[in-house]
Amino acid sequence: MILSVLRTSWTLLLRDRAALALSFVVPIVFFTIFAWIFGGQRDSGTHRVRLLAVDEDSSPRSRRLLEVLAAETALDLRLRPAPGESGAVPAPFDRAHAEQAVRDGEAPLALVVPAGFGAARLSFAPGGDAERPRLILLADSSDPIAPQLVTGLLQKALFSGLGDLFLEGGIDSLDGVAFFTPEQRTRLAGLLEQVRAEPRAAAGPAAGGALPIAVEVVDLLGAGKENPLVAFYAAGLGVMFLLFTATGAGGALIEERESGTLDRLLSTRISMGELLAGKLLYLTSLGVVQLTVMFIWGWAWFGLELPSHLAGFVLISVPTAFACSAFGLVLAATARTRKQLVALANLLVLSISALGGSMFPRFLMPEALQRASLVVFNSWALEGFLKVFWREEPLVALWPEILVLALWSVALFALARRLARKWEMV
Amino acid sequence: MKAVEIRGLTKRFGDLQALSGVDLELAAGEVLGLLGPNGAGKSTLVRALTGRVRCDAGEIRLGGRRADEPGARDTLGYVPQEIALYGVLSAEQNLRAFGRFLGLAGEPLARAVARGLDFARLGDRARDAVEPFSGGMKRRLNLAVGILHDPSIVLLDEPTVGIDPQSRERIYGMIGELRSAGAAILHTTHYMEEAERLCDRVAVIDHGRVIAVGTRDELVRSTIGAGKQVVVDADRQVPAELAAELAAQLPGAVADGERLRLTTEEPALAIPRLLAAFERARVGVRDLRLDSPTLENVFLHLTGRELRE
Repeated sequence: MILSVLRTSWTLLLRDRAALALSFVVPIVFFTIFAWIFGGQRDSGTHRVRLLAVDEDSSPRSRRLLEVLAAETALDLRLRPAPGESGAVPAPFDRAHAEQAVRDGEAPLALVVPAGFGAARLSFAPGGDAERPRLILLADSSDPIAPQLVTGLLQKALFSGLGDLFLEGGIDSLDGVAFFTPEQRTRLAGLLEQVRAEPRAAAGPAAGGALPIAVEVVDLLGAGKENPLVAFYAAGLGVMFLLFTATGAGGALIEERESGTLDRLLSTRISMGELLAGKLLYLTSLGVVQLTVMFIWGWAWFGLELPSHLAGFVLISVPTAFACSAFGLVLAATARTRKQLVALANLLVLSISALGGSMFPRFLMPEALQRASLVVFNSWALEGFLKVFWREEPLVALWPEILVLALWSVALFALARRLARKWEMV
Repeated sequence: MKAVEIRGLTKRFGDLQALSGVDLELAAGEVLGLLGPNGAGKSTLVRALTGRVRCDAGEIRLGGRRADEPGARDTLGYVPQEIALYGVLSAEQNLRAFGRFLGLAGEPLARAVARGLDFARLGDRARDAVEPFSGGMKRRLNLAVGILHDPSIVLLDEPTVGIDPQSRERIYGMIGELRSAGAAILHTTHYMEEAERLCDRVAVIDHGRVIAVGTRDELVRSTIGAGKQVVVDADRQVPAELAAELAAQLPGAVADGERLRLTTEEPALAIPRLLAAFERARVGVRDLRLDSPTLENVFLHLTGRELRE
């Protein structure tokens, strides 16, 4: 009997394509996407942090530091903007340009080597940060990992690539209090030359040792925000649930077909095009209300700055809801049964949510995946919300996202209309 | 001018010839019953009338206008076989919603909704959600929704399936009211007694072809004839010799197990001869009855199948 139950259950599963997809395809798709995000694609290398560099010092020490950082495989160091169409090599970044680039989301960090960096003495001697050479990291704190990673890499660069400078600074510091003999000075100079000859062989600092350089992290975008990352999560989750809502509500079409109301409706004065357009408007309005409720909740409980960004919120919410609704109609018109729709929706919504950045920020993904994620419309929606709430860009800066979402909406609606022909007339 | 004129309607789905040159007419104030076994083409014909099936050939005219002319189908009321209602909405909300889809608004819509509630005898349940309604109540509302816009042509697709006798009577009453109001009604049904009771004429459709059309009496005369049917139930299997003797004496006598049927225009002469033959063969008679031919007999005669096959 137990074996009969086992056999019947497997037979039922094998005959149910929706359940099969949920059981096997969804996990594999998910695994693949997250393996890409976290593990890096086999041939795409590890995740590299883009770091813009501004050398205001232009000293041998600052140039040396940037050379060492440029050789660091975990960093994508950029000293100047990418060449324009003319091919002319642009001028190196200055602080204002680098700051704007970080604000625009072109890179999560910019390293500023201020004037005087090369002249300041490197020393392990006790003392406050004010006495040490200073580096400034201009950060977009929506990426919380990048500043920590770069600080660690700076530490590594300083001790491995610039070890001789430390040794020199240490000798100078000791010389101030210990007064070396000429013989000791000669031996120390020899040691210094040896270290310079093999810079990468130098030892790192002792555990718990302080950096002889002060690193100041300046949060360009999160500063002054009550709860800076809530905007990202509100947008990410909001768009994902919008997709689920749209596909669920779009499934009403399938129920209408099964119950016979669709047949009845189409025998009245309404055409299939009008019916779908009405459904699209309904789903869009539902989506806008859903996003509004979510963002109001975020404002009331988590300090999301909704009132001051209301216009931007409306501008990006409407095309987002529009595109999600058209997507829901496509799925509803594709599936033949409610069960098929649920399986299809789970597979596609979860996949494009992961790819588009709802579950894991796009800027933390490998670059290849970041570029690939632009093929899904929800990544544009999320980018729009981040522009409004995180980067606080002017409304006019939203035009690419609005345009792309509008084009997606039209294309998806046209596809839904075409797919719905099977219900219209035989 | 006929309310509905169908000429040479043809539709093929792959290998299946769903409609094969169907010709039908329906006059105002007339109820035409459409009878046919499952898969005969009834639903395809009704869906063609509503515009949901694109026919390969033929023509449909509604009130003298080609059905595909803009607005021609506005005169059509369709009551599907399914309970095509929104279960979570109230009866009144359903009527209001479908009324809007039928082009009604404002005061005409309000009047139509009130009339629909009264027509379905659901005035006291107007604001209740439809989902928990009985099958009969849903069927009545289903019908009321279909005629909200006061159509001159009404298509009823199995309007009494699966409901209690009281609700069925009410729906018969509703159909009668529609006919009295001058509507032309095409009524598909599986219930012969319903067709006999409600329909002025009956069209029998099989394999996509209308094989007979006329009043009940016309169909009986043209198929079975004016004869009555004598049915004798024996106390055992009718012996082959007796069956052969009766077939020779009384043409049309057919034995089937313990039953013998004879269709005759002179039952008073035939019955004594039958009984005498049974007595001679020493076969007892359990029951004997005289039946008038029904549409069921006509249908069986025309299609060789029971209606529910």
